Amino acid sequence: MSFLTALIILGVLALIFGLILGFAAVRFHVEGDPIVEQIDALLPQTQCGQCGYPGCRPYAEAIANGEEINKCPPGGETTIKNLSELLGVEAKPLDAAHGTETVKKVAVIREDECIGCTKCIQACPVDAILGAAKHMHTVIAHECTGCDLCVEPCPVDCIDMVPVPVRPDNWQWDLQQIPVRVVESGNE
Amino acid sequence: MTIAIKEIDSGQLWNFPGGIHPPERKQLSNQGSITPLPLAQTFTIPIKQHSGAAGDIIVAVGDRVLGGQPLTHAGLNNGLPVHAPTSGTITAIAAGRIAHPSGLADTVITLTADGEDTLVTMPPLLDYREHGRSELLERIKQAGIAGLGGAGFPTAQKLALQRPIEYIIINGVECEPYITADDCLMREHAQTIIDGIEILLHLAGCDKALLAIEANKPEAIAQFEQLLPQHPQIALRVVPVKYPSGGEKQLIQLLTGQQVPSRGLPLDLGLVVQNVGTAYAVARAVLAGEPLIQRVVTVTGEQVSQPGNYWVRLGTSVADLLAHCGFQPTPTQRVIMGGPMMGFTLPDLAVPVVKITNCILVPSHAELPPAGPEMNCIRCGACADVCPAQLLPQQLQWLAKAKDYDGLEQHHLFDCIECGACAYVCPSEIPLVHYYRKAKAEVRQLAREKVKSEIARERFEARQERLEREKQERLERHRLAAEARKRAQAEAVAKGADDPQDAIQAAIARAKARKAAQAAAAAKQSDDESNV
Repeated sequence: MSFLTALIILGVLALIFGLILGFAAVRFHVEGDPIVEQIDALLPQTQCGQCGYPGCRPYAEAIANGEEINKCPPGGETTIKNLSELLGVEAKPLDAAHGTETVKKVAVIREDECIGCTKCIQACPVDAILGAAKHMHTVIAHECTGCDLCVEPCPVDCIDMVPVPVRPDNWQWDLQQIPVRVVESGNE
Repeated sequence: MTIAIKEIDSGQLWNFPGGIHPPERKQLSNQGSITPLPLAQTFTIPIKQHSGAAGDIIVAVGDRVLGGQPLTHAGLNNGLPVHAPTSGTITAIAAGRIAHPSGLADTVITLTADGEDTLVTMPPLLDYREHGRSELLERIKQAGIAGLGGAGFPTAQKLALQRPIEYIIINGVECEPYITADDCLMREHAQTIIDGIEILLHLAGCDKALLAIEANKPEAIAQFEQLLPQHPQIALRVVPVKYPSGGEKQLIQLLTGQQVPSRGLPLDLGLVVQNVGTAYAVARAVLAGEPLIQRVVTVTGEQVSQPGNYWVRLGTSVADLLAHCGFQPTPTQRVIMGGPMMGFTLPDLAVPVVKITNCILVPSHAELPPAGPEMNCIRCGACADVCPAQLLPQQLQWLAKAKDYDGLEQHHLFDCIECGACAYVCPSEIPLVHYYRKAKAEVRQLAREKVKSEIARERFEARQERLEREKQERLERHRLAAEARKRAQAEAVAKGADDPQDAIQAAIARAKARKAAQAAAAAKQSDDESNV
């Protein structure tokens, strides 16, 4: 008899917990995969497609599904290191098949040569090129990610990728210190 | 956190941790009075001389300008105007040398003086207490006044914050070796400085000021001791000699016993700190209508024959300044803008004197030998003993070398005031401040890139969404067009027009009939052949 009671009690408990879990699964359902968000936040958002995926988010999804983490040249070693820390996998050197790490660049349209074909506008993944058909186009420099995707479609080759200029406000200190030394001098 | 007003009013002084006592070497330059420097032929005026955005240029090449005339219009983001240092003609507006350790170029306005030195001023506001607060702040802003102590923060901006202030602290400490610009200014213009402090008190809506002077300036102290009894709002505090007592946070700790919160402002404690030079400039701007076109600069070091303090028009090149002071360069001469602890070596002598230039140091090889080779850290801990911000310089150095930015954040890298005390005592000659400055720049760069990539992600997602939306709209349009076509057809049929469907059916029937006829003809022919 006691055996039956135990069975019934356990059965009822299992039912209750099952219902709670079932309710929680519906009530607290998480849209999307949070790991994808975290990976996406570490990628440089250049949207250049050098990894072979059409943008940073698709690559983040692929990484979440087991893709290699060393296919992002704009992110370089830093991104690989951050990703390996996040995912607990070993950091590898950058896969040279997808390009090499270079200095940050920005696209510049030689405006007098532009024929206004709008092909670069369609190629730009972040809408950083301004212009209209048969009118000159120009790059909104501070929105440009330097992804290089506008260069190839241009029929008159009027787009240059130039390194981001160093200004006093983004310059990296590289200065020898200026120490004071105790000196013997007649003035003191 | 509140400050102990009773103790402060009783004149109590506190102490701050760490600090060093480097040789002061102030006698080199503080023996004479402040000499006005003869006008140079050309001036190069960088449009950004303060911390904040540059103004918009309102002059063009070829314009005749008078001394004191604004050359830029203060825009947004803590903008401040710059003024013509003397009368003359604008001869160029282009990229040129600025006072920055990088040696990079920025926009400068070149002015060729006409030698007449015609100056314009704004109308004096002698009865400033009758004028509105905003009018006075606007005057200080239009005069282009930025903190002259070194950081160059717009003074009007600092005073514009409407928060209750207990004390205004006037910083006349000038603790860095060699520099005597504030010392001489206090000796000669104590009354004007007091007038400036009164204006600052009026603007801040507070009634107590603490004027801090380091004990090694007896003449300046004597001047104020004589004048201050008539100004009960201002209390003199003579602080002991120690570097860096003149650092904003260190001075606050000395005078109030409280620490400014990490990443906070003195305002969080109800305090505002202003330099004596700024108080002087405020008094001149309000009471005489003079914009900030000159400042006191200490020229010192053993390689100038006439060290001393000079009234220098902003925009005068360091070369012109040194030429007047008997500059005898050695073959490997370094010229330092600022003091020996926090200054930087100039890339060349075309760099102009700007609002925050307090000293030009021209040391001999013996008094400031070039940095020796960096040796390994022996973990002596001397740096941690002298750090006035109570940081762990040794630890920060390891973290900076390893580029461990999270670790640097945890060790409060951004509380480092870059005073250089740690590097001064380091027996291994490790350029510690150099590592911190570099790490700070890298952390700031990473933060900027983070913001930029976040914007890029938003723009990418917005574009994807737009493309998807446009595609859906196109499909929807096609569907609606097809439906409309069908409906129009059905209506036409209902009205009695030929149903295109009938025509199709008729055509199919005709085709079928023709095929059937052909089949029948072929069958008949084969029958005939078999019959033959």
